[in-house]
Amino acid sequence: MKKLLSLSLLGLAVAAASSAHARDYDNVRIGVDVPYEPMEFRTAEGELTGFDIDLGNELCDRMGVTCEWVEQEWDGIVPGLMSRNYDAIMSSMTINDERREQVLFSDPYITMPSAWFAASDLGINEATKETLEGMTIGVQRGTLQDNYVTDNFSDVANISRYSTADDMVLDMEAERLDIVFLDFPIGQSTLLESEEAEYVVIGERISEPKEYFGDGFGIAFRQRDEALAEKFNEALAEVQEDGTYDEIYSRYFGEEE
Amino acid sequence: MLDISTWFNDLLAGNVIFTADTLGYYWEGLVTTTQLVFLSLVAGLIIAVPLAIMRSSKHKWISLPVYFFTYVFRGTPLLIQLYIIYYGVVFIDGIQESFLWPVLREAFYPALIAFTLNTAAYTTEIFRGAIKATAKGEIEAARAYGMSQNLMMRRIILPSAFRRALPAYGNEVIFMLHASAIASVVTLMDLTGAARFVYARYYAPFEAFLFVAAIYLCLTFAILFFFRYLEKRLLAHLRPQDA
Repeated sequence: MKKLLSLSLLGLAVAAASSAHARDYDNVRIGVDVPYEPMEFRTAEGELTGFDIDLGNELCDRMGVTCEWVEQEWDGIVPGLMSRNYDAIMSSMTINDERREQVLFSDPYITMPSAWFAASDLGINEATKETLEGMTIGVQRGTLQDNYVTDNFSDVANISRYSTADDMVLDMEAERLDIVFLDFPIGQSTLLESEEAEYVVIGERISEPKEYFGDGFGIAFRQRDEALAEKFNEALAEVQEDGTYDEIYSRYFGEEE
Repeated sequence: MLDISTWFNDLLAGNVIFTADTLGYYWEGLVTTTQLVFLSLVAGLIIAVPLAIMRSSKHKWISLPVYFFTYVFRGTPLLIQLYIIYYGVVFIDGIQESFLWPVLREAFYPALIAFTLNTAAYTTEIFRGAIKATAKGEIEAARAYGMSQNLMMRRIILPSAFRRALPAYGNEVIFMLHASAIASVVTLMDLTGAARFVYARYYAPFEAFLFVAAIYLCLTFAILFFFRYLEKRLLAHLRPQDA
């Protein structure tokens, strides 16, 4: 009797373990750091929207799963994935080696350069160690821009790190920052289109070296969720094939260049 | 000296997170936190003493404004006060051109102002309680000696009130140290800011935050030790006498 009981308990445990292993995701929770216009932001009515959001919802439709967006500040976004607050991250996350050690990436779904933005009267044409000396640079904490600026300019300039891109734009308008380093489209929609002051891009758009700027944006999963990543990749390929991707792209960035 | 640096390098060898660089950030954070907390406590204390005297005044028109100040600063979260002072001042027209801007531009000073006003409010109430608790007999004795109100305040009430306030004030100092952890929301690289930076860069919450918690514990220990020493010295007359 006792043996039978322990056997059945063992069976239960195995069943539980295997179902946890081959977990079917009918409901995928996706972590996102809002706002990051135009990738993810809220409209005046409070509705969550943006390129990531629309593309993510489209992918979920194709896979036949329901998606739920979970908001999480950027500097805790990877730990949040590990602690199962959500199952994927789709939040303008650049694929690079440092992150590959922590998470499993989908195929890249968009590539995006970074760029320097400053008020038009700053008086420099390019961002180098010499021109940025003594200036205050704004970056979002824990981003690849943060890593790049920290490694290359922390000896000559002051670096201010912000939790959200919005706080950074606010301090740019307040003239607390001389220059900020951002994903190009983010700076474009927040600073270049700002009505507060006139901002310009300083120098070229930057996507090299690869060790910082990586291989485009990807959706991140826990390392063991290979099946889920594969499903997203298939859906992504399908969406890119039939033109839906281009339609969503032009919604936020105009026509494909 | 050479020995120390080789010992240090050996200690860090093979450690991915705690490199000399990240320890540098923690050190910078320790300096910022200590400066911020120390300066705001000193300034807060200086403000609080006259305010506490005004707050214990019999005249409503003196005590009410001070009550209003302490009520506002004790009645709202420090984080909100910091946000208002840091982001709010920007919306005052012409602030960028005023002589105040070089000070308000840096994140350090808005944080210092917020912390100073906050601790001043709490300290005022601590001292006011201590002043009110002065034994009647002491005051009557002072009057019998013909002391003026000012002299009585200086010689009798304040010295004994400070002693009574000491344990409560020690708590306030520790609270202030812990409250300073919010400074990183306005880009200050304080201890918590350094921990958040390391956490975001290496995705290592346990290492980053446990290390910084240990530093806060050490600081708290130093504060406790200092106040225990002060209490021993200043409250010696209250201890039971040795036979």
